[in-house]
Amino acid sequence: MKIKEIYETMSYGPAPESAEEAIQFLDNHKRKFNLFINGKWVAPSSKEYFDSINPSTKEKLAQISEANEADVNKAVAAAKRALPEWANVGGHQRARYLYALARQIQKHSRLFAVLESLDNGKPIRETRDIDIPIVIRHFYHHAGWAQLRDTELKDYKELGVIGQIIPWNFPLMMLAWKIAPAIAMGNTIVLKPAESTSLTALLFAEICEQIGLPNGVVNIITGHGKTGATLVEHKDVNKIAFTGSTEVGKIIRRATAGTGKKLSLELGGKSPFIVFEDADLDSVVEGIVDAIWFNQGQVCCAGSRLLVQESIAEKLYKKIRTRMESLRIGNALDKSIDIGAIVDKSQLKVITDLVQLGVDEGSTLCQPSWACPKEGYFYPPTMFTDVSPSATIAQEEIFGPVLVAMSFRTHKEAVKLANNTRYGLACSVWTELRTSI
Amino acid sequence: MKVNTMKSNKNSTQQLLRNDGIPFDASLFEEININRSAVERRASTLSGRRSVKKQWQAAWLLKAISCIDLTTLAGDDTPSNVQRLCAKAKSPVRLDILEAMGMQDENIHVGAVCVYHNFIKEAVKGLQGSSIPVAAVSTGFPAGNIPLKERIRQIEISVTAGAKEIDIVVSRDLIIQSDWKTLYNEVAACRKACGDAHMKTILATGEISTYTKVAKASWVSMMAGSDFIKTSTGKEPVNATLPVSLVMIRTIREYYELTGYKVGFKPAGGISKAKQAVNWLVLIKEELGNDWLTPDLFRFGASSLLGDIERQLEHFVTGRYSAAFRHPMA
Repeated sequence: MKIKEIYETMSYGPAPESAEEAIQFLDNHKRKFNLFINGKWVAPSSKEYFDSINPSTKEKLAQISEANEADVNKAVAAAKRALPEWANVGGHQRARYLYALARQIQKHSRLFAVLESLDNGKPIRETRDIDIPIVIRHFYHHAGWAQLRDTELKDYKELGVIGQIIPWNFPLMMLAWKIAPAIAMGNTIVLKPAESTSLTALLFAEICEQIGLPNGVVNIITGHGKTGATLVEHKDVNKIAFTGSTEVGKIIRRATAGTGKKLSLELGGKSPFIVFEDADLDSVVEGIVDAIWFNQGQVCCAGSRLLVQESIAEKLYKKIRTRMESLRIGNALDKSIDIGAIVDKSQLKVITDLVQLGVDEGSTLCQPSWACPKEGYFYPPTMFTDVSPSATIAQEEIFGPVLVAMSFRTHKEAVKLANNTRYGLACSVWTELRTSI
Repeated sequence: MKVNTMKSNKNSTQQLLRNDGIPFDASLFEEININRSAVERRASTLSGRRSVKKQWQAAWLLKAISCIDLTTLAGDDTPSNVQRLCAKAKSPVRLDILEAMGMQDENIHVGAVCVYHNFIKEAVKGLQGSSIPVAAVSTGFPAGNIPLKERIRQIEISVTAGAKEIDIVVSRDLIIQSDWKTLYNEVAACRKACGDAHMKTILATGEISTYTKVAKASWVSMMAGSDFIKTSTGKEPVNATLPVSLVMIRTIREYYELTGYKVGFKPAGGISKAKQAVNWLVLIKEELGNDWLTPDLFRFGASSLLGDIERQLEHFVTGRYSAAFRHPMA
């Protein structure tokens, strides 16, 4: 584009982050990843591989191993073998390993950020400024706890082998939240990333290899739900940590009941976002952008239910509609976008179907006038107004960039509506007067 | 009063409807409550959300030049340095750089030259043959603590001397005491004295303690007929910041939606780097839309910004950064 033309239109140009280093990483593995068990890369017993897709372009990034029961057994056995020494090595030694992990992730932070955006479809701005910096801080933080373990947490003891199953919405961040505290306290790990976003976990495995983490302390196995189920049912696993859908959480709860396994579940949400009439509405609008359009709304604690005081409801809706027009959607590696791609085809269908249901049930749909790019799995920012609490879209978690809005009359009613849900994950309240709350 | 939302860039050639002000109505701003932390968060994350590179950056920086009020407000100003400033205002970028960008025929010049009253005549002379207006700071700039009658008189003599734009300062004591009606009357009186000259009202936000008061003062200034609202004189301890600009331009948007008048915005003081200029343009584009990205509605009050932009433009053209002495000084 000529400078003269840009001078007149004052448009934003493309601002792509380079994928070169990430592509190099994929090529180094010949675009085919094995399982990371006992500190080695081993081919899956199943001999089966599945594709990892870039949702911004629908292009294939690499082939990922499908771990079967034999692989899970191998990984759990490796973790069990590594356990006594890892527990006995002491907090100080473990702290050194955690520091080394933090430093190496920090050193390769751009590679992690780009790989995450390629694999997941989330904007590079978010992986670069949010996901990866939080991951790094997590490892540093838990290095500190490992150091303090022997003096400040004397009465605590490691649980043993921990099976960790993580979701696709914040792949590396979820890995960090699960792995860092667990290994800090002397546990050993078998982790299964989500099938659609395994790549940064595999890069993390490579980092574990590089820093010389003792074999078997961290094992990364990839695969679908069946792999996860096998891990959950394994008798030598002492604890299951799961983040993901409520539905799968329930299955895991049933599977572990009565087995003596410890369990932590982090599941869905339909969190209220309450706006009182005295709030700074322009600021509220930006709060909404971050609450429901951050990470394409694929956030467990997304502020997905907007509850707004009746006196200002129309005014706020109008501001939101205007704001939706100026949101930019596109390839995850573009540094000037607000919204990236939905993680995969199946999730895009879930969102599309639920939005259709919302329309069928009589709620008013609002989407921006612009069209999404055709080449990837994109879904536009969406708002429903005139939603009643009984509507399916007001009850079910959509896990997409879809806001459902309803008004309230009084403070009491706001609280009642906010609590009118099976979920209870998060809540935000917008008011400039503390007397409102 | 219902007004279309701003979307297109097409009507920028249309004659801008001048803000004639509206009757004082405290109910329009009394209930404003600005959420400081949310404003600061928006301002601090915005530059990370948009990236303007390569030829886009070059074009945007040229746009920034066209929006500069090239300023000298020093105690030791004399006719000769004002003359030099005017010459620079007319040809702000070296010809070979413009040619390399294919922009030599676009008549790139700054938005205005801004001086004290005593140098208006000199500046008018220096800018002869160009369409660049002379702006004069007035009304007891920078503190403004002189009688209103004197302030009005200053405006009148500056307009007579040939200033097409008048940058006034407001009585900060009225803002601090929330005496909005008196503030309205003073600004309206200044606007009347300006006649056809455009009036930029400086709030001196560095001396206003809360964003809520900044927003209210912005409302009062617009109601009283300001053509522009401006952050700072450049003489306060804190001058233009992105958060305070965000607060002000959001009131501009609301005022436009209410009245149909587009009021301009001018951040001033402390803007000396090309990168900062791009951040401000992004802020304006995101919050007000493309219509405001024109010297009719957006200005930078700056003296050293141009120098940094010239170096960035040369880097765009040649791939190398040059020393400041390779660009003609003002």
